[in-house]
Amino acid sequence: MLQYVARRLLLLIPVVIGILLVTFLMKALIPTDAVTAIYSGTLSEKDAAEAIATLRAKYHLDLPWYQQFYIYVRDLMSGDFGESIRLRKPVMDELGYRYVNTIILTLAALAIALVVGLTTGILAAVKRNSWLDVTATTIGLFGISMPAFFFGLLLILVFAVWLRWLPVVPRGTMALLLPAVALGLIEAAPISQVARTSMIDVLGRDYIQAARARGASEFALVVRHALPNALIVVLTLVGLQIGNLLGGAFIIEAIFGWHGIGELAVNAIEWRDFTLTQAIILISAATYLVVNLVADILYAWLDPRVELNS
Amino acid sequence: MMAMQQIETPQTGSPKNVQPLLRITGLTTEFRLEGGRRLQAVQDVDLDIGAGEILGLVGESGSGKSVFAQSILRLVQPPGQVVAGAIAFEGRSVMDMSARELSRWRGRDVGMIFQQPQSCLNPVRRIGWQVAEPLLLQEKLSRKAAWAGAVDLLRAVGIPAPEEKVLAYPHQLSGGQAQRVMIAIALALKPKLLIADEPTTALDVTIQAQILELLRESCRMLGTSLLLVTHDLGVVARLADRVAVMYAGRIVEEGPVETMLTAPAHPYTQGLIGAAPQLGQARGVRLKDIPGTIPDLSRLGAGCAFAPRCDARAGQNLESCTLSQPLPVSIRPRHRALCFAAKASSAVSPCEISP
Ligand SMILES: Nc1ncnc2c1ncn2[C@@H]1O[C@H](COP(=O)(O)OP(=O)(O)O)[C@@H](O)[C@H]1O
Ligand SMILES: [Mg+2]
Repeated sequence: MLQYVARRLLLLIPVVIGILLVTFLMKALIPTDAVTAIYSGTLSEKDAAEAIATLRAKYHLDLPWYQQFYIYVRDLMSGDFGESIRLRKPVMDELGYRYVNTIILTLAALAIALVVGLTTGILAAVKRNSWLDVTATTIGLFGISMPAFFFGLLLILVFAVWLRWLPVVPRGTMALLLPAVALGLIEAAPISQVARTSMIDVLGRDYIQAARARGASEFALVVRHALPNALIVVLTLVGLQIGNLLGGAFIIEAIFGWHGIGELAVNAIEWRDFTLTQAIILISAATYLVVNLVADILYAWLDPRVELNS
Repeated sequence: MMAMQQIETPQTGSPKNVQPLLRITGLTTEFRLEGGRRLQAVQDVDLDIGAGEILGLVGESGSGKSVFAQSILRLVQPPGQVVAGAIAFEGRSVMDMSARELSRWRGRDVGMIFQQPQSCLNPVRRIGWQVAEPLLLQEKLSRKAAWAGAVDLLRAVGIPAPEEKVLAYPHQLSGGQAQRVMIAIALALKPKLLIADEPTTALDVTIQAQILELLRESCRMLGTSLLLVTHDLGVVARLADRVAVMYAGRIVEEGPVETMLTAPAHPYTQGLIGAAPQLGQARGVRLKDIPGTIPDLSRLGAGCAFAPRCDARAGQNLESCTLSQPLPVSIRPRHRALCFAAKASSAVSPCEISP
């Protein structure tokens, strides 16, 4: 198992280098460089030229690209993500707590998605073609075709504006409730569908019939025998879905005013704050990599058929 | 069904007052096909299995053997359903058992093994977990005791290094080992009846004999009755005390193995024996397959399902074959056949044959 993890980590090295290169090169692709953007129109031409030169030197924009890349990676290694051009403070000061907020939102949404998705999916499979199955499938179809931001606005409209159960701009844990539910329920739909399909498939397998023949109750068949097999399929989906979840979180944060990196990203792009944008992209990519790694390791751990040594 | 009992009872060899381990009467299992048609995979089957007996059930593929075997344990899943008949196990009605009673009965009193041992083991659970399950759930043993029990069971069915094999996963076993594991699970609680549905068909030829020997020996030691489903008459000749032949969902002939193989009464049984390599040669019969194939069970006519393929009917030009179902004829004690052309042997007076 350790060997397997080590091998997966080794395979990540080229990916990480790729991500570093892309985020580094991003600023070369932005039409105006950020320093020019900040000062254009605000200072006299001579002062501006001077200030720009100083700042260019500060951000090493005057060096050849490979040296810039070296400095970029070296600074990252020492935990220095640079200074935000707009906020005039280390990027990490702002990014740190916002990153935690985004993770909290994503995990809460994932928990809701798993609980709702698995329960409805499994029940629908066990009581196939019952009213419960039909209802769950129909609602699931809506969920799959509805964009997260639309569902979010709908929730605000119903619970904050019409029913007045929640303030439109809530604080504290209440502030987490609506965005997590919005994101979680949207992602519950595909989980429910996959859980239902794989559960139906597994329940028809020979080993389920064999277990039934040796006296396993229908409950034991579902929980002890079928579920572990169906979960493996669901896990694969969830690993892929985390990307959606993060992307969805960016939009949902902006709608609900949740101070996560999604909200910050929108601002950073508006400000043309390239150090901030760079750091946000880097940290999102890194999160995505780690999540996929964890999903793969879980998968190998759950499914004994995955050959750990090849 | 009623007619059969009236004819059968006075002539069966076993004394009337001795209750068989399993008595099946009039069992009928039906599948509802798409478009509303019904397929009766098992039709009006009567069969007894005695304590400690090995009963061979033979027939071509598609004749309903597996559905019959699963019907006995009430394992048939929708769209299939047992629509008629009674199953009595030691006098208890299996059809009337609650889900709970059924679970207990399946775990303790009967066991079943299947044709594809590897697909019958849960791929994500360790072998030991699966072998220990009946001990854990039915016997309520502690985890530790159940695990130790699993090691002992694996040793008893001839798995080498059982202490290590309990930790293995099914995909790490060969087919023969997987079937040994299935036997260990099925016999874990020393059931009174074991149903083996083509237990060696999917295995390597060299392994088949070992597995059959293991089955016979284990059942003999535990006093367990064995219903051995197979399409191989050679297997039946070696192991079975009694043979039942199934065709298109019906038991067309049934009797002790000696008389069934040497003096079969039903043209279908005669055909099967003629087609079986070792048996046919031993009897000096030229090897030949029965021409034609099993009919579509959802489109059966009123007459005998075997009639279109039947030599005897062609020879004697029997009208009734295509018009009505034959009733059972007693050939000799404990030997009966479902055929208009079958004759009772001279030792016993012939039964009435309804036209
Ligand atoms: N799930 C099912 N749905 C419809 N028909 C079935 C099903 N299972 C079995 N049958 C039908 O029942 C008949 C008997 O099948 P089976 O018992 O498997 O035969 P055997 O074991 O003798 O080869 C076949 O005609 C088959 O098509
Ligand atoms: Mg079969």
